[in-house]
This record gives sequence, structure tokens and C-alpha cells, in this order.
Amino acid sequence: MISFNLLIAVSLAYVAFLFAVAFAAERRAAQGKTAWLRSSAIYTLSLSIYCTAWTFYGAVGYAARSGLEYLTIYLGPTLVMIGWWGLVRKLVRIGRTQRLTSIADLISSRFGKSTGLGVLVTALAIVGTTPYIALQLQSVTQAMGVFAANSGEVWGPSDLNRSAMWVAMGLAVFTLIFGTRNLDAHERHHGIVLAIAVEAVVKLFALLAVGIFVVWGVAGGLGPTRALIDASAQAQWAPMPSRWIGLIFVSAAAFLCLPRMFQVLVVENADERVLSTASWAFPTYLLLMSLFVVPIAVVGLDLMPAGANPDLFVVTLPLREGRDGLAILSFLGGFSSATSMVIVATLALATMVSNHIVAPSWLNARMPGAVVSGDVRRVVVMSRRISITAILGLGYIYFRVSGGGEALAAIGLVSFTGVMQVLPAMIGGVFWRGANRWGAVAGISIGFAVWAWTQFLPSFGVDAMLSQAVFERGPFGLSWLRPHALFGIEGIDPLVHATVWSMMLNAGAFVLVSVLTFPNPLERLQGAQFVNVYEYSSGARAWSHSAAQAEDMLVMAQRILGSSEAQALFRAEAAAQGKSGLLPDVTPDFLSHLERELSGSVGAATAHAMIAQLTEGAMVSVDDLIAVADEAAQIMEYSSQLEAKSAEQERTARALREANEKLTAVSIQKDAFLSQISHELRTPMTSIRSFSDILRDGEVDDTARRRFAGIIHDETNRLTRLLDDLLDLGVLESGQVQLNIGEGRLSDVLDRAVMASGIDPARVRIERTPAHEGVTLRTDLERLTQVFINLISNAAKYCAAEKPRLRIKVRQTQGATEVDFCDNGAGIPPEFESMVFEKFSRLEDQGKAGGAGLGLAISRQIMTALGGDITYLPGQGGAGFRVSLPAAAAAPAP
Amino acid sequence: MTPPAIPPTPPPRRRTEFLDRGSYRQRRLRDAARLMPVLGAVLMALPLMWPRDRPDQSLTSSGIIYLFGLWAILVVLAFVLSRLLRYGAAAAPGGDAER
Repeated sequence: MISFNLLIAVSLAYVAFLFAVAFAAERRAAQGKTAWLRSSAIYTLSLSIYCTAWTFYGAVGYAARSGLEYLTIYLGPTLVMIGWWGLVRKLVRIGRTQRLTSIADLISSRFGKSTGLGVLVTALAIVGTTPYIALQLQSVTQAMGVFAANSGEVWGPSDLNRSAMWVAMGLAVFTLIFGTRNLDAHERHHGIVLAIAVEAVVKLFALLAVGIFVVWGVAGGLGPTRALIDASAQAQWAPMPSRWIGLIFVSAAAFLCLPRMFQVLVVENADERVLSTASWAFPTYLLLMSLFVVPIAVVGLDLMPAGANPDLFVVTLPLREGRDGLAILSFLGGFSSATSMVIVATLALATMVSNHIVAPSWLNARMPGAVVSGDVRRVVVMSRRISITAILGLGYIYFRVSGGGEALAAIGLVSFTGVMQVLPAMIGGVFWRGANRWGAVAGISIGFAVWAWTQFLPSFGVDAMLSQAVFERGPFGLSWLRPHALFGIEGIDPLVHATVWSMMLNAGAFVLVSVLTFPNPLERLQGAQFVNVYEYSSGARAWSHSAAQAEDMLVMAQRILGSSEAQALFRAEAAAQGKSGLLPDVTPDFLSHLERELSGSVGAATAHAMIAQLTEGAMVSVDDLIAVADEAAQIMEYSSQLEAKSAEQERTARALREANEKLTAVSIQKDAFLSQISHELRTPMTSIRSFSDILRDGEVDDTARRRFAGIIHDETNRLTRLLDDLLDLGVLESGQVQLNIGEGRLSDVLDRAVMASGIDPARVRIERTPAHEGVTLRTDLERLTQVFINLISNAAKYCAAEKPRLRIKVRQTQGATEVDFCDNGAGIPPEFESMVFEKFSRLEDQGKAGGAGLGLAISRQIMTALGGDITYLPGQGGAGFRVSLPAAAAAPAP
Repeated sequence: MTPPAIPPTPPPRRRTEFLDRGSYRQRRLRDAARLMPVLGAVLMALPLMWPRDRPDQSLTSSGIIYLFGLWAILVVLAFVLSRLLRYGAAAAPGGDAER
């Protein structure tokens, strides 16, 4: 017969041992010896807080009532862990790069560091977890009650309450000491992690010991145990398919979403590599934890008196067999399960409460713009301590109010489905960049409401929270809102009903609202960070105010403004500050200037956010900004492409318009050409005919005859010249021209042209720059001379200035030699500019020109044949023509 | 024509189309690792289809043997995969093929 006092003494010794372990771990960590604290074994064991007292004691009771269904609670997490590469690894990576402190932080941070979402998730977590804490207190006190009864004492409710209070207080002290010692960025608690790892070993050892004892010590081996199972009430395994699958899903989801699991899985993780070990080691742990559950249940049902609580078989069976030591070990196992869960859950919740509710309210309550100094730390630690006390107090009150018993036992799965409502936002946030804050708020709120209505409130029992009438006819007679038959669909298992509806409506609202609304810039930034965590996390560096800042700003600005613009901007700013190079000091002026520049490209809000993040952001690294900048650059590139396209279309349209104008003009000219040519031919012909008539009649004297013959001769020459020109043009236009390529100097060609044009140097002054004319040409020199003569004589003919002056300029450009002929005359009116190279185009009436207006047309054909070009140069203070020779035709003189 | 003092932003990371055998094997192993939960879930749901016409069919004891056997196999597979998956291979050429 074991004395109750011995149990208390052993328990206290155990607790003291845990304190010592935690202290030792903290000491080692403080000395920097954290390597073994980060080992995969410690990590795997810390995950075992998934196995609470509910599973330590309750699994056997579950198996006694529903056979193998209890396994679903372990199979779900197994699936999550063996699939670690896909999801858990990503969560852990995000947790590390974003320095997440809780699951509320994950959701809030992903959706633009939203305070509201943090509060919402925190509230959900409190509602979902407080009953669970109460359940742990109940388990421990019930087990204590068993020992008390065993030693002859009969425990009333007040004894249970008192012991529950002591346990709660002990847990509060432990959590306060080891949970708020440090406030480092990673929120790692080495003492607590090591203590729960030790507890994990104790509870596994205890359950295995009880299991081995029951199978080989009581039942008599594996064969008889199997016979016992086959003979029990649970002989046939007939799972309800929807419940089997639904429960595996719920437990898998809860494994990810429970605040305490997130705490150990992500927040306390110091090294991703331990995951690969945990991926098989944790399923092994779960396997061992559940291995002997059915045998214990079956043997308990067989041996224990009818009506014995199967939830306590783990303790009562050894006691009945007189194995007091084993019973105490078993008690310690359950105690470990309960305490480790409560400690971590309280810690996780307290972190959430203080980070998402207390700290923001405190900051808001202060004067806006007040300087936030180091005393924030103190406030956070304080609020966390208060939160821990409050949450444990809440758990205790819940335990007192609910009065324990069956209602509380059912809370395990209710709690699971509650916290599971974070799942769509979490998975969506991690894999879908389009997920946004409003979607998350809508999804979680609706899921929360559906869960509360279909599962949480009904879990208190009929007429406790909801009346019988509501269950049967719905609220206000709205039968489609009955808690267990939403939308009138009846006959579904309540848990499956709640799971399916809450998940469907939650995920549906999340996706729909995300699709329909717009995220803010910070959300998009965070979205890119989370979804593409593997690409951004490699070089995450902290922001520091240094020259690197200006450089990183330049990198960012280059992505948005374009390299040359950004560099010009930075160089100008640096020059204004009296610095050389590209990197100015980061002054407020410069920042506002840069912000304005950026806002021209990406809009004011984004630019402001980007600059603000760059200058203040301890959270946002350069890579984050580059992520947004890349996106902006893509958008800008696209719009500039569009712009370029429309500009190109405009250019094409203009070219078409010009071509059309030209065609119209040319067609008019074609008509003019015919009349011109007949006119040009007829005028000399007329005079030739008239004078030859006179000569034929012979009634003229000798002087007149000579004069008339001279006129006829001149007119014939003119006709010949005209016909020569026309022929020349015809040959050139048909492209059959024979080029006579030779070498010569440009200056010689010009000399010859000036000479041959026969202009009077006294009348027209020709300005040349011989220094530039020393270019050796390899082309048809005769033809080129012809072009030059044409241009020079044109200038002499048409230049109406008082003192005509022709400037001949030679210029070497990339790939061409350009010879400009500019006079100081009136120039060519713009409307005729496009016409000067056409045949028979003369600005004034013929006669003065003494030519047929073919000179420039021929010149252009020649230049085209020579591979060069001749163009009209507007804006030269007179008529200007540019003759371009290809580089192949010209080489600088040696 | 002064050359820009800062080189233009680097071109976007190129995705390699062809990998050597080692990297290819790694990627397929990652695919396998991602599919593990699907395999596990299907096999866990399999007993739902066991015949239950007579009371001596689909015994709980058979269920225990099947489920724990499956569990052990999944653990062994996860163990083998965790040994084969090179964690640091994220920095392999071509980047971490997360898609």
C-alpha cells in the first residue's frame, strides 16, 4: 500500500529535478555551449509535447471506448513529419528568416505585419487552448485522486480543486522562471526545452513499462493478449470512414497549428538539419507511445471492475497488481505529459498575448511620436509574466467552472478543430503569394464562428450553452443553422460535420476574399519573402547605417529607375554634397529626393514604404526590397514596352502619312513632268523652228543670219543637254550605271568642282577648311565631282543674299565622311523640303535657273549609286545640303 | 561615351534545363519526399475497404498488425530518405528547385 505522502514527495523531488535540469541547461547556454542543446535528439523529444496527458491517460480510455480510432491522433502528425521536406522545412526556414515568435506572429507577419490578425489568431488560440490546459490539470488531479483513494483517503471536489491549484501554481512558477529569462530574438528557451525533453523520456519510458508489464506480466505474452483483444468488445475494427479520415486530417492540421507545437517545431528550432532526423525519429516516438495502448485497454477492461474509468487504467492497473513503483512511474509519466504541455502552451500563448495584444496597446497608448527607447524590453517581459499568470489562472478557472468530468474529456478534439482554423491562412500564406490580409481575416473569422457554433458551444452539452430547442430547430427557428446539421444536412458525425464545414467555409472565404481584394505593399513584400523563402533567405543580412546603405539604395533605385538614370541621380547628389563617385551620404534631403524620384515610377505609397523600410527597417532586408523592386521593374518594363510599341506605331503612321503626301505630290508632278518635258522641249524647238524658217526664206542679211544660226545652235545645245540629263537620270534610276572607281583626295575633288562650276569668286565667296579636307576617297571621282558642281552652281544660282557665301564643311563621323554645303540665302521653305530632290522641281520659274531642275535628282541618284546619300540640312541659316560618303569610300589621309 | 561605373543588374537566375545524374537523382528524391504523406495517407485509408461481413473479419488485432507494420515501414522509408536527401544541396547549381 503506497502512501499518498510518498507520491507527493516523489513528485516534488521530480519537480526539483526538472528545475535543476532547466537551470543547468540555461547555465550551459549562457556559457555558449548550446551545441548539444540543439541536437536532433533534444529537438525530437521536445516535439513529444504533442503527447499530452490527454493522450497518456486518455488514449487508453479512447481505445477502450472506440477501438483503434485513437491511432488517428498519432497518424496525422506522422504524415506531417514524414512529409517534412514539403511543408515543415519551409515553415522552419520562414520561422528562422523572419524571426517568428509564435503562430500568431507567422500569420500577422505574412499578411503585412497586421496587428489585427495577430490579435485574432491569439484570441482563437486562447479559446482553443485554455480548455486544454484545464484538461491537463484535471488529468493530474484525477490521477492524484486515485492514489489518495488507494491510501484510504476519499477525495472530494475541494481536494481536487486544491491540488489543481497547487499544480497550476507550480507550473506558473516554472514557466515564469524559465520562460521569461531572456527575450532574445529567437525566443529560444533552452531550460524549458531540455526539461520537456527529459519529461518526454520519462513518459515514454513509463508507458512502455506499463505496457510491457501488462502484456507479459498480466496477460501472459503476445498470443494471450491477442486472444484477449479478439474476445473484447472491440474485437472487430469497424471504423467510420469519414471519422477515420477526418480525424487523421484534424490531428495533422492541429500538429501544425497548435501554438505549443509551433513553438517547439519552429520557434525553438535552431538548426534546420535536425528536421531530417526528427522526420523519422518523431514518428517512431509516436509509434512507441501508442504501441501498448490497446493491450492496456483490453486488459484493463478485462480485469478492472465494471464502471472503472478507462482513462486511468494506466495508473489503476499497476496499483491493482500491487506494483506501486510502476504506478508511481506511470503517474510521473502522466504528470510529465501534463506539465510539459501546459508549460509550453502557456509560454506560447503568453508570447502571443504580450506581442500581439499588450505591447501594441502599450505603444499605442503612448503619445504618438514618443521616442521608443530601451524600456520596451522591460514592458514586454512584464507583460509576458502577467500573461503567463493570467493564462494559467484562466485554465484553472475553466477547470473549476466546468467541474471536470466527461465534458472536459471531450475538449481535446474540440480544441484541435479550433486551432486548426489557422491552417488555410497558414498554408495559403506559405505557398500562395496572392493570399492577402483580408482573405486571412475573412477565412479565420468564418472558420472560428462555424467552429464555435457547430462544435465549441455544443461541447458543453445540451442546455449548457445552447438550448435543446436550438439543437432541434436552430436559432430563432432557422432550421438550416442547427449546430449539428448546417444547411439542413443531417446525419453527419458532429466532429466531421464541424471539420468539413469550418474548413470549407474558412478556405473558401480565404481564397475568395484574397482574389477580390488588393494587398498593401508590405503584404506583397512579405508574401514574396514567405513563398520564395528558399531564394531570399540565403543572404539575409541585417540593415546597418553605413556606406553600404547608399550602395544598396543605388541597387534598388537602379532596378526601378534604370541604371543610367539612377546613377546620374546619385552622382549628382554626391556632387552636390561635395563628394566624388556614385555614393552620396544618406541625408534626409537625399531620401526625400530619392523617394520622389521613386514615387514617379512606382507610386508614392510604395516608394514611401520602401524608403521607410530601407532607413528604419530592422526587419526588412535589402533582398526584400529587391524582391519588390524586381516586381516593379517588371511592370515598368512591360509598360515601357507598350509605350515603345505605341511610339513605334505613331512613327509608322507618320511615315505613312509623309509617304502619302509625297505620293500625292509625285503624282501631281508626274503630270507636271509630262507638261514640263513637252514645255522644255517645245521652247527651244519653237525658237529653232522659227529661226530656221526665217533662214530658209533667205530674206535676212548676213549679220542677222549669223545671229539666228547662233540662237539655233544654242537652243540645240540646250536640247542636247536636257536630253543628256534625262538619259543620265534614266540610267542612274535603272541602276545600270557604270562606276569608274578611282582614288583621290577630297580637297582635289572640291577644287575641281569649284573650278568647273565656273562661278565668279568675286561674286560668291566660298569658305573652306582645307585642314579637314585631307581625306583620301575611293569612289567614282567624276560622278562625285558632278554632284559637287551641281551643289555649288545651285548655291551660286539661287542664293539671293547680297553677298552670297557658300561654306563647305567636311566632317568625319562614325562610318561616314560628311560634306556640308551651306549658303547664306533664303533657304528652302519647309513645304518644299521634301520636293527638292524630285525631277523638274524648281522653286521659282525656270529661266533664271537655266536648267531643267534635274540637277539635284541626278545628284541623289549618283550618291545612292556611290553608297552614300545627299540630304537637305534644315536650320543652317540658308540652304544646306549634306553629302555623306560611306567609310569604305573614305579614309583619312596618311 | 563613358562606360557605366556600376555594372547593370545581373540577369535573372537561369534555370538549368539539364542536370548531371547526381542533381537529377536529388530532385527526384525530393519529389519522393514530398509524396511520402500521400503514400502514407492512402495506405492508412486502405483498411476502410476491408470486408466486414462477418464478425471474424477485420479484427482489431489484424488492424493493429497492419497499421503498426505500415507505420514501421513509413518510418524506415523516412529514415532512408533523410539519409539520402542532401540538406545542403539547396546551394547546388541551378538553385533550390522548389517548384
